[in-house]
Formats: sequence, C-alpha cells, structure tokens
Amino acid sequence: MKKSMAGGSGSAAGIEVALPHPRTSGPSGFTRFLESERMLAGLLLTPTVVLLGLFIAYPFVIGVWLSLSSVSVGNPGEFVGLHNFIKAWNDSIFRTAFYNTFFYTFWATIFKLALGMWLALLLNRHFRGKRIIRAAMLLPFIVPTVLSTFAWRWMFDPTFSVLNWLLYQTGFITTKLPFLSDGTYGMWCAIVVNTWRGMPFFAISLLAGLQTISPDLQEAASLDGANGWHRFWHVTWPLLKPVTLVVVVFSIIQTFSDFQLIYVLTGGGPANATHLLATYAYQIGVATGLLGEGAAISLFMLPVLFIVVWLQLRYLRRLEGA
Amino acid sequence: MATREDDSSSEASRAPGVSRRTFLAGSAAAGVAATGLAGILAAGRAPAFAQGTRLNIVRWVDFIPACDVELKRQAGDASKALGAEVVFEFINANDIQARITAAMQSGSGPDIMHMLHNWPHLYANGLVDVSDLVEWQVKEQGALYGQSEQYTKVGGKFLALPHGIVPGLIAYRKSWFDEVGATTFPKTYDDLRQVGAKLKKKGHPYGQTLGHTFGDAPSWAYPLLWNFGGMETDKNGKTAIDSKGAVEAVKFMNAFWKEACDEGGLAWDDTNNNRAFLGGEISGTLNGASIYIAAKRGQEKIKDDKGEPMVRDIQHARLPAGPGGSTSYHTAFAHGVMKYGKNQKLAKDFLKWLHGKDQYSKWFQVAEGFSVGSTKFWEQHPLWSTIDEPMKGFRTAPDNSRTMGFAGPPNAKATEAYSKYVIVDMFAKGVQGGKPEDAVKWAAEELKKIYG
Repeated sequence: MKKSMAGGSGSAAGIEVALPHPRTSGPSGFTRFLESERMLAGLLLTPTVVLLGLFIAYPFVIGVWLSLSSVSVGNPGEFVGLHNFIKAWNDSIFRTAFYNTFFYTFWATIFKLALGMWLALLLNRHFRGKRIIRAAMLLPFIVPTVLSTFAWRWMFDPTFSVLNWLLYQTGFITTKLPFLSDGTYGMWCAIVVNTWRGMPFFAISLLAGLQTISPDLQEAASLDGANGWHRFWHVTWPLLKPVTLVVVVFSIIQTFSDFQLIYVLTGGGPANATHLLATYAYQIGVATGLLGEGAAISLFMLPVLFIVVWLQLRYLRRLEGA
Repeated sequence: MATREDDSSSEASRAPGVSRRTFLAGSAAAGVAATGLAGILAAGRAPAFAQGTRLNIVRWVDFIPACDVELKRQAGDASKALGAEVVFEFINANDIQARITAAMQSGSGPDIMHMLHNWPHLYANGLVDVSDLVEWQVKEQGALYGQSEQYTKVGGKFLALPHGIVPGLIAYRKSWFDEVGATTFPKTYDDLRQVGAKLKKKGHPYGQTLGHTFGDAPSWAYPLLWNFGGMETDKNGKTAIDSKGAVEAVKFMNAFWKEACDEGGLAWDDTNNNRAFLGGEISGTLNGASIYIAAKRGQEKIKDDKGEPMVRDIQHARLPAGPGGSTSYHTAFAHGVMKYGKNQKLAKDFLKWLHGKDQYSKWFQVAEGFSVGSTKFWEQHPLWSTIDEPMKGFRTAPDNSRTMGFAGPPNAKATEAYSKYVIVDMFAKGVQGGKPEDAVKWAAEELKKIYG
C-alpha cells in the first residue's frame, strides 16, 4: 500500500513512500525463535560449539581413551587403566623429558620476558625508522618455525658450524664447541632458538601495553625526582603487569608443548638428552607406533599446564580486583 | 642431463618393452599369474578398474638422486601400461615410520609404503599378503638373502616384497691411512682404534653417528655389539644384552670415540658423515656407496687436499673383526601394499612390474652399486664387471649380515627396540661419560620392557 506523504516543501509533496503492512496476524515461529534471547544465543553459539567439539573436544577425548588403552599401530588394543601412565613414570627417558620440559620452559620464558621487555621499552621511544624496526622485529615470529630452526641447525652443525668458525677465527675458542652433540649444550641451544623466535611476541605485546600507559604518569614521576629505574619499577611495571601475565601464560603453554623446534634441531638427541614431553610422545606414539603410551606421555602435560594457567589467572584476577 | 636421461630411457623403454611382454607372458603361462600386467598387455589396453585411478607410493629420498629420477621416469611408463596414474612421493627416511602410523590409523594414505629393516613385522596388521609376488620374484631372480626373507616374512606370509639392500662398508681415505702406516685397512677393532688415534692426531678423525637416525647409527651399533660377543636377545627372544660382550663393546666405543672419532657424531644424521667425508673433515666412515658415487659424479668439484679428485683416494672395507667375529648389518628395503588401500590389485600389479628383471635392472644400473638386489641373482649383473674397483666389495656385502633382535627372531619387538634406538643409545650413553656397565644395564632395562 502506498500513501502520499506531505513534506515541508511543496516540491516534496508528491513523494510516495512504502509503509509496512499493518500486522494482520502474530509473529511467525522463526521470528519468535529469533526474538528469544536464549534461542538466539544458542543458535549463534552453535558453530563455535561444533568447531570446538570437533577439533578440540573430540581429539582430546580420543587422546584420553588412547592413553588408557594398549592401542598400537594397526592394533585396536584394550582398556589397561593407568598402566601407560605408570610405565611412563618408571621410564628413565620419560623422566629426563619431563625435567627437560620444565627446564626449557622456565629458562626460555625468563629470557623471552627479559629481552622482550627490554626490546619493548626501546621500541617505545621515538627514533627515526621506528616503524621499519618494529616490523622487522616480527620476522623471527613470522618465519615458519621449521625453516628458521633448520637455519639454526646449520649454524650449530657439528662439523661445519659457522658459529664455531667465527669463534675460532676470532680467537675465542681453540676447539669446536659441541653445540648439538652434547646434551647440555644442545638444551641451551634449543633455549636460545626458542628465545630468538618467541621474543618478538613478548616485545610486541608488551609494547602495546606500554602504549596504553599515559606519558603524564612518567612525567609526574620525573618531576618528583624519580630516576629511570624508579619510573619503570613504580609506574610502568605495575601498569604493565596484567598484560605481562597474559603474555607469560600464553608463552608457557606454547613453550611447554613445543615440538617443532626440538624435532628439527636435535630430534631429542643426543641419546634422548634434549627430548621434551611432546617430542618423546611423538617418538613413542607415532614413530614407534605405541599410540597408547604416546598419548599417556603427552597427557602428562595437561595437569601441569592446567595448574600454571589456573594460578596465573587467579593472580591476574586478584590484581584486577585490587 | 635429466632431459638426456629421459630421452635415452624412453628410447630404451620401447625396445626392452618386448622382452618384458615376453617375460610377463611367460610367467603367466607358468601359472604364476594368469592376470596382472601380462593380461593388461595382452589386451592392449588398461583394465577398467585402473582407468582414472591413482596409485601413490611413498619412498625414502634416495642418497643417489638419479635413482629417484629413474623411478619417476618408470612411473610414467607404468602409468601408460596400467592406465592409472602412478605417483612417487619421496620423503625423508626418518619420517617414513610416522607416515605409516598416521596412514594406518586413519585408514587412508599411500597405496604402497617403503619398508626399511624389519618394519613389516611392526606393521603386520596393516599390510597385504604378497606371498604370491615373492614366489614369483624368487622364481625369476632366485632365493632371497636371508635378511630380506626374515624381514618380510611374518607368520609364514610375506607382507612386503623385498626390493634391495643398501650395504654399509667403511669408506676411507687411502692416502691418509697410508700416511699413518695402515697400508691395508685394519683387520680388528683394536687395530682400527690405534690407526684412528693416529689419524685424529693428524686432524683426520674417524666419523660415526650415534644419533637417532635410521641407517648409519644402527648399522654401526648392532654389529659392534655382536662382534664383541654381545646380543640383544637369546634364541628364545628374551633379553640377553647384560653380558660381558656388551660391556666390552661399550668400553671399546668409549675409547674409540675419544681417541679416534669426531665427537660431533652424536648429533649426526645419515647425511652428516657424507658431507663431512666429502668436505675432507673425516678419514673414514661406515656408509653406503653414496660417498664414492657422489665423489665420482662431482669429481670436478670434490677434490682432496692435493687438488686431485677425491674419488681416486676413496676405498671401501668391511667392518673389522672383534672377539665375537666379523658380522655386519645392512639396511634391507621392501615395498608393502597397504591393507586400507582401495587399489590393492593394481598396487600388486605395479610392484610386479617394478620389481621385474627388466625394470629393476634399469634402476639397479642407475644405483651403481649403492643398492644391491634382494637375491644373489643380482651379484651376476654385468654392472659388476665394469664398475670401479673400490666399488666391487658391495657386490657380495650382504652375505655376512645379521638381523635386528639377534640372536632371537627379527620380530615386531625388535622393530620396537630399533625404533626406540635402545642399542644406539647404549653406546651414546657410554661415550657421553657413563660407565659401560651402567649403559648396558640401562639398555637391559629398556629391552626387558620390550622383550621381557
């Protein structure tokens, strides 16, 4: 139905606009469904729930089932209770991998935090070419881990290491350093590579946090006579702490479950000295085909990560409450 | 170069195609296979089941790249003959086991998988019985080497078709060994240790991996254990490594490592010793013939310290003897048809074609002695009469090979012990400073979890 609508001026007097039909009956079933907040919320959440169920919950449940069974490659296996967990715990290589995972995560996170913070503070200053430097800093994070780790592996090569060559030529060493052929060196090499790769994530996240801190606060502290360290410790750090904690939680999760870096750099060697839980689980579960045992080893990560995340989030909530 | 190879090989493939037909028709007449490729060729067109299908084969990346080129060329010929697209995928040998596991568990993946060592025992539930093909191959090419037979025969059935063996001999620099007074290669491990110590003092260490890698590490570690009188299991398959022989083997390795070896070897994979040798960094290493072949093919670039082609200074020798004798371990290869595959018959037809004398011979010649056959038949191939003198030792090398799990059978448990690198790590633990007795005890504990 069309009606003429009189406008404020004569020229608009002839404009016709379509008006909605008057309701002749109640809303349709679908409209009523959409108007119900609970129903709409359910509808909108469905894709997410399906995706999470398919790609997170289902593999997790299968993983738990595998860990409680004697499934091996081509063999359906049977329920064995906690046998795989007990076997893993009594396995000396597992214990080495378990310890290594903590050691690797702890030191890599400390270095990433310290260096990332330092880099963020530097990049928060004004200097020429700041944008290019900020973009370039992300390169280690952007380059696929496998590729960058291969490059590091060549640099640490037992025979043709460019680092050994450089140190030898500059007189710092007289014999080759056993970068990857000694367990202790190998682990520290892995920590260095992880730090190199993960530091930009810390730096860019902390930089974003730093930019939310008002310069007025720094100025006020300066006027009160605070030096650089005092300004950082009493002004910047307290305001940056929530961002830092979130970044640290993410980093711990990623580092604790790291696989690619160790797999490419050392393969868990020499003699299992650099295995992490993820790489050892892969060796047992996928390479050797003992899927149940492999799943059990990987599930040892779950409670540890759960506790770490829970503690840190609890602390974060307390901070926010304060 | 590749184009020239392709041209010549396609030219060659037309002429011998007749003999292939003749052979296949003959074998069919013999009742070995009434259908298969003979039937396809007789019909003159690809069977309906094959048309539009694709056959995927996963193999290792060969140390002789020309071998993979030849297989790709043969895939083209096979595609035409079978009416199905035959596609080779070459992956790092250290990743094949993971690929097999993933494929078997998901029930989908390549139709044919490369099987190294005794893997058919571990993957028995996922492999098709190919006893008929083995029977045909044996009729055509003679009896299998014991190693190839034991590795592919599981519970009375053949679960993979043996393709070849890559023997490991010690490649060494003749002139450097001469310089320290070793005009012939050391006959015993102790002699090798003494010569190696002299060479290391001159900056030419021996190179050996003790890393987690599929070929060179077990090929050194297993015979070292055996040659000092040790064994993984007894004849009944029960753990028997905790012995004087094993301790003596680890003691030898510890001393040899410090006195004679490049200590970076703990982090080497199967490629590092090739690069180190060709780079003039090491005086000797246990390896397939790939070092010699690479030095020969690249002799314009790969020179020794005098500027001469290095290939002229390379010799090969068998592993020395220990108190327990002189045995070796050579890596056996086979092809397994996967049970989940939808083209099992096609896969078997293809393998019969690929392993047949005619096709295999072409590939065998490209390998130049790096890969020898699975049967003694290939010891008589004309290649061996024209091959370079230092390569001739590879011809009969498989004759002193033992199998994983020795003295017990090379069953799935032996594959598990291999996949966990227990024997390799026993030596690696020793050279890293552990007491030999402790390293052996650790290995015994690990093996008991597997064998009981």
